[in-house]
Amino acid sequence: MYEDLSTATFSGYRRENGRVGVRNHVIILPVDDLSNAACEAVANNISGVMALPHPYGRLQFGEDLELHFRTLIGTGANPNVAAVVVIGIENGWTQRIVEGIAATGKPVTGFGIEQHGDHETIMEASKVAKEYVQWASERVREEAPLSELWISTKCGESDTTSGCGSNPTVGNAFDKMYPHGATLLFGETSEVTGGEHLVAARCRNDEVRERFMFMFNRYQDMINRHKTSDLSDSQPTKGNIEGGLSTIEEKALGNVQKIGKECLVDGVLDKAEAPTGPGLWFMDSSSAAAEMVTLAAAAGYVAHFFPTGQGNIIGNPIIPVIKICANPRTLRTMGEHVDVDVSGLLRKEMSPSDAGDKLLESMFRTVNGRLTAAEALGHREFVLTRLYESA
Amino acid sequence: MVDFVVHDEGDSVGVVVVEGVKAGDEISGWVMDQDVDIKFKAVSDIPIGHKLAIKLMKVGDTVIKYSTDIGKVVADIGIGEHVHVHNIKTKRW
Repeated sequence: MYEDLSTATFSGYRRENGRVGVRNHVIILPVDDLSNAACEAVANNISGVMALPHPYGRLQFGEDLELHFRTLIGTGANPNVAAVVVIGIENGWTQRIVEGIAATGKPVTGFGIEQHGDHETIMEASKVAKEYVQWASERVREEAPLSELWISTKCGESDTTSGCGSNPTVGNAFDKMYPHGATLLFGETSEVTGGEHLVAARCRNDEVRERFMFMFNRYQDMINRHKTSDLSDSQPTKGNIEGGLSTIEEKALGNVQKIGKECLVDGVLDKAEAPTGPGLWFMDSSSAAAEMVTLAAAAGYVAHFFPTGQGNIIGNPIIPVIKICANPRTLRTMGEHVDVDVSGLLRKEMSPSDAGDKLLESMFRTVNGRLTAAEALGHREFVLTRLYESA
Repeated sequence: MVDFVVHDEGDSVGVVVVEGVKAGDEISGWVMDQDVDIKFKAVSDIPIGHKLAIKLMKVGDTVIKYSTDIGKVVADIGIGEHVHVHNIKTKRW
């Protein structure tokens, strides 16, 4: 067992709403595709701020638009973010996002481009961004208990070594953190297909189980409306198949190793929805890596465990993504992307508990400030989930 | 030396965890849940991460891994053969 998890602390930034972040970003957040250029110009002008360009935000409506707002507001509200400049083509939706983020109490200012143009918007937004980044640079870390840490997980470019190596490593770490009040997350709705009965059996009560099965069946209905053989090599993916996974059931049974053997599923969330208490939560979500990690960050998770087999290289702009791998070939050919090597599990040189401890050690170093491989390599995949076509 | 791992003794397949397994190789396996060592002869070349059959399987049989159904057999599989998308298929999609 990892020593003294009950008294373990990490060093983070306590935000105005009480949540604790592990990074101190100032972000320039576009409401829509049209505002990417202005946001990137501001990020060019001011050192230490980051633009989060994305391709959407126009003519969306209904649930799809609500998800867009929830994702952008949640991203700005994430405690890894110290302050936010929001830029949109017009003021209405821009202000809606500003108000959503402002509810956390953190500094946020919005700019609409219409009636000002890019030049004036970039100048005014740059002035605010400069003030924010100087203010943020004086925030200091303070100690917080494990019960204030929110950790999500999702695996990617999985292979058979994920199911016997890197995924059980996450499961072991989750089992160890769960009793100490950490707030944990998993998801990937299509990717529990074949293991849904195992997740259902782990739900805390019938109400949670019914909600989980509702989300599972909702996703299956969507897949059945559009399905092709093996979903056109998307589930499993070409990379999964290259790595030896043959069916979705096999992939799913490896996937669910991430929730360990002991912790219960305490609640079910819609996409980008924030949990309301500690424990293990399931989020209805895509199994595409960047979409799911973006949704987890928008829900308020501050760091992510990402097991891989064949070598997914994903990062996220605002939350550190810790890569865990057990495949010796991947470690040999693309080891620069991996933070935690658990290949010893497959050689009987390491127990699952040793592997879980190694991940926890990496987690504490990461949340205390050490950059992950993905952060050092500049991976900032920010990908919004769409539910249907624009109007 | 562990050349392949098996999750549970009831499983019909194991996973090769080393590179370069060739047809005819005697390979050593580890059944993780029961912590038992086993030996098999590979009858196909099997890449790292890919499965070998440790039980005889006929068309229509269910393939078991993690003590659970992972799909159906679509071409007969002999012991020690490579098991993958050419001889097993999902029951779902």
